[in-house]
Amino acid sequence: MSQTAPTLRTDATRVTPFAFARTLVTRWDLVALLIVVGVFALLADASRGLLEPLAKLEATPLSLEPIHLPEYAARTTLRMFAGLALSLLFTFTYATWAAKSERAGKLLVPALDILQSVPILGFISVTVVFFMSLAPERVLGAELAAIFAIFTSQAWNMAFSFYQSLRTVPAELQEAARSFHLSPWMRFWQLEVPFALPGLIWNTMMSMSGGWFFVVASESIPVGHTNIALPGIGSYIAAAIAQRDLQAIGWAILTMLVVILAYDQLLFRPLVAWVDGLRFEQDPGGHRPSSWALTAMRRSRLISGLTHTFYAAVRWTSWAMPIPSTPPRSAAPAASAQRSGFVWSVAVVALVGAAVACIARIIVVQSSMSDLLEVVGLALATMVRVFVLIAVASLVWVPIGVWVGLRPRLMEIVQPVAQFLAAFPANLLFPIAIFAIVKWSLHPDIWLSPLMILGTQWYILFNVIAGASAMPGELRNAAANFNVGGWLWWKKVALPAVFPFYVTGAITASGGSWNAAIVAELASWGDTHVKAHGLGAYIAEATAAGDFHRIVLGIATMSVFVVTINRFFWRPLYFYAERRFRLG
Amino acid sequence: MNAVPLLEVHDVRKCFSKADGGEHLVLDGVELRMSEGEIVGLLGRSGSGKSTLLRLIAGLASPTAGSVTYLGQPVDGPARGIAMVFQSFAIFPWLTVFENVALGLQALRVPPAEIRRRSLQAIDVIGLDGFESAYPRELSGGMRQRVGFARALVVHPNILLMDEPFSALDVLTAETLRTDFLDLWCEGRMPIKGVILVTHNIEEAVLMCDRILVFGSNPGRILTEIPVSLPQPRNRLDPSFRALVERIYVEMTARASGANARSELFPGLGIGTRLPRVSSNLLSGLVETVAATPFNGAADLPKIASDLQMEIDELFPVAETLQMMRFAEVAGGDIRLTDVGLSFANVAVDERKKIFARQLLNYVPLAAHIRRVLDERPSHTARKSRFLDELEDYMSEEEAEQTLRAVVSWARYAEAFAYDDENAMFSLENPS
Repeated sequence: MSQTAPTLRTDATRVTPFAFARTLVTRWDLVALLIVVGVFALLADASRGLLEPLAKLEATPLSLEPIHLPEYAARTTLRMFAGLALSLLFTFTYATWAAKSERAGKLLVPALDILQSVPILGFISVTVVFFMSLAPERVLGAELAAIFAIFTSQAWNMAFSFYQSLRTVPAELQEAARSFHLSPWMRFWQLEVPFALPGLIWNTMMSMSGGWFFVVASESIPVGHTNIALPGIGSYIAAAIAQRDLQAIGWAILTMLVVILAYDQLLFRPLVAWVDGLRFEQDPGGHRPSSWALTAMRRSRLISGLTHTFYAAVRWTSWAMPIPSTPPRSAAPAASAQRSGFVWSVAVVALVGAAVACIARIIVVQSSMSDLLEVVGLALATMVRVFVLIAVASLVWVPIGVWVGLRPRLMEIVQPVAQFLAAFPANLLFPIAIFAIVKWSLHPDIWLSPLMILGTQWYILFNVIAGASAMPGELRNAAANFNVGGWLWWKKVALPAVFPFYVTGAITASGGSWNAAIVAELASWGDTHVKAHGLGAYIAEATAAGDFHRIVLGIATMSVFVVTINRFFWRPLYFYAERRFRLG
Repeated sequence: MNAVPLLEVHDVRKCFSKADGGEHLVLDGVELRMSEGEIVGLLGRSGSGKSTLLRLIAGLASPTAGSVTYLGQPVDGPARGIAMVFQSFAIFPWLTVFENVALGLQALRVPPAEIRRRSLQAIDVIGLDGFESAYPRELSGGMRQRVGFARALVVHPNILLMDEPFSALDVLTAETLRTDFLDLWCEGRMPIKGVILVTHNIEEAVLMCDRILVFGSNPGRILTEIPVSLPQPRNRLDPSFRALVERIYVEMTARASGANARSELFPGLGIGTRLPRVSSNLLSGLVETVAATPFNGAADLPKIASDLQMEIDELFPVAETLQMMRFAEVAGGDIRLTDVGLSFANVAVDERKKIFARQLLNYVPLAAHIRRVLDERPSHTARKSRFLDELEDYMSEEEAEQTLRAVVSWARYAEAFAYDDENAMFSLENPS
């Protein structure tokens, strides 16, 4: 954390042991101590089961008693944070590589874009087999598979955000870093990471919300004919659905609410408030985010001591890193650059070759024309559904978002609620949907669809709220002054102002809905299954049947559809919005 | 004077490559020799390559041809002993004042105790004591730039490079920082042996420098060297100070009008002239100011510049555009309105637009060219890319874009032709 204690003024770069503990104990120390020890105890308990054999997991079936929920919640949270840690590692390496090497970036950036669009949910049964083989007969394998699934739902947008920040570090700051001889390691920690942090943290929050959706799918994994249920909220929900236990569903929702509130207040709020101080825009303006937890952490000398230690570590590693010898720029790099260029091209060609061979073996050889036509037809059905849903969600949420965004008070209430709803896994609404569809014998092709947009519509709301609140006050005053009201106000003032933000939200919502189709098009409640025609149901059925050829075909088709729609519909729309309507 | 000069720049040339594979020359044949105890000013308008030269010396870029040597060693990366102060400060917003200053020493693996001592000393010298634990966002612009100075001084450089360090500050703050800097320099309280100052402010150059290199544009090159032998502290109102300022204005305007004369001699090159983005409001404003009392049609440029609080970077493009359109003549550091300029000053808006349109189409070859193309085509429309391609034969893409924008804004004011940015199309119709 930042060093703000006024007594440390002259000690700004030196860590004096126990300098923070001049008074023996403050009450914040006590609070901090309890929290830290509690967290460690919980973690230790939750990770104890990792090395146990799988048989024991199967022998102790998941209990729907709410008394077990705190433990399940802890395990699920642990998995999510493990996924987050992996995502951060991935972000710092992959995105840095993509940003620093022009040659690698040409491949890595589009690859990231495609990975973002690939429906990972369908892959879970594939990755499980792989991870189980790493740690056969142990819970660890299944745990790794679950964590990997969560990782795949979190990593891409974080890496993208970091990559974009790295590419936009102001030129003069980079020049300053170079002319003052900062080593690449120092530059990374002292310039690039701090510059990228605000965006990265915002994307981490989004990732955590997105991760919940995957938790349900990834903890309860069908492998062949058995079902591995790792103890956690996801498995609990799956069991509750299988046993038609409405009360248990209620308890699960409550637990999720508590967990989301806890990490929001204890982790993200403090981070957002802290990172606001690092912002590059130096003029303080408007409302600054605050956090009681951050205040507590800063006042606690224990934690401030810990952060000082962290800073010292950064400094020490900078110190220990070799001094960059300014390489003579002109001498002899041409030959070696040529050689490494050649190696690179060979590697790329080999990769492409292997990929083509794989695709040919799994898809082309085993599929008939009619298979392909069927899948494309189903994809078109899902596509229609996604577009109609986005349109409907836009009609509902754009006006509401504008209305909320112009009222800061209301915004403070609505934002966290929407954030919770975005994390809400669609599975939890299966009971209601199936009950309604069966009772009134509704058409599942239409009435299962809303589940697809359940979690993703909020991105439209978030972004429209952000757009409306970013609208300059003078613009609104001018509109009021000239009596611009009613439809004219929407058409000429509000909608153009929020349009670029809306497009950003709609892109996220669209991509997420495709992914959600895998869960939402095939709903079950106990023995009752309701199915809509679509690519999502196709992939879900193939996954349940363990039919790898159909899984790959389905996922490949979905990826192609998502990437194509992104490139040919959303991207042009985004650039149009940026050019035409961006204020200032 | 030492046998080995502090810094030597020999026959330096710098090209940037264009996207279409061509090359764009920004600096040509630059010579500079610097010895101890000098403040050398690089004075010129934006685009004259002075900042590029500074970056070559700093080792942040390498020359296409020629050499930069520091203490006899070729500069092939950021050199120890050369530190830089930036126009936009370039201090790290997430570090405190102290941490910002200490950063350069940490990079050099100086022992912690010494980092502390030297940083606090630099902070003290530069007048920042009391601000050690402040974050940049809590500081005013002037204090932020002081951090920039302290950060540069703490590494004990031999040469201090300053890239328009006062241009982002308000007038009063800039003056305070300048005099503080000069005091420290003259008292020898800074561990530096030489300073290179990039500026587009003539008075600043005369106030601070021992030697001024005046830069010209297209390509960037040194036009002339002017030694300043006035004793420090210098007084802006001193007649010899004023005379020197006047002389530099004369020098710079003489070259400017010479460049325009050339484009007249070769009418084929006419559309390739780079046009500055100067709004019609500024043009009218300057015409009105010169026409009114106390100037009555002719004015001294330094006087106008200080009256209007305009830097040469802002004033010269306006004056030159007026000259190009024959509203005024600029020579010998003076601006004098022509008959057309005088009548322009005295008529109402509609009449002004007519005069402006006439001058624009007669004397700005690019405007005349676009109008001719539109007239000749049956559709009376033309794509922007058509003209951009033509312009890019003479200049970089960025300059072509800017030149076209300048013509569009003048043509819109003159109602000579219309431009639709959405479809990137020129046309003769004005929206009804």
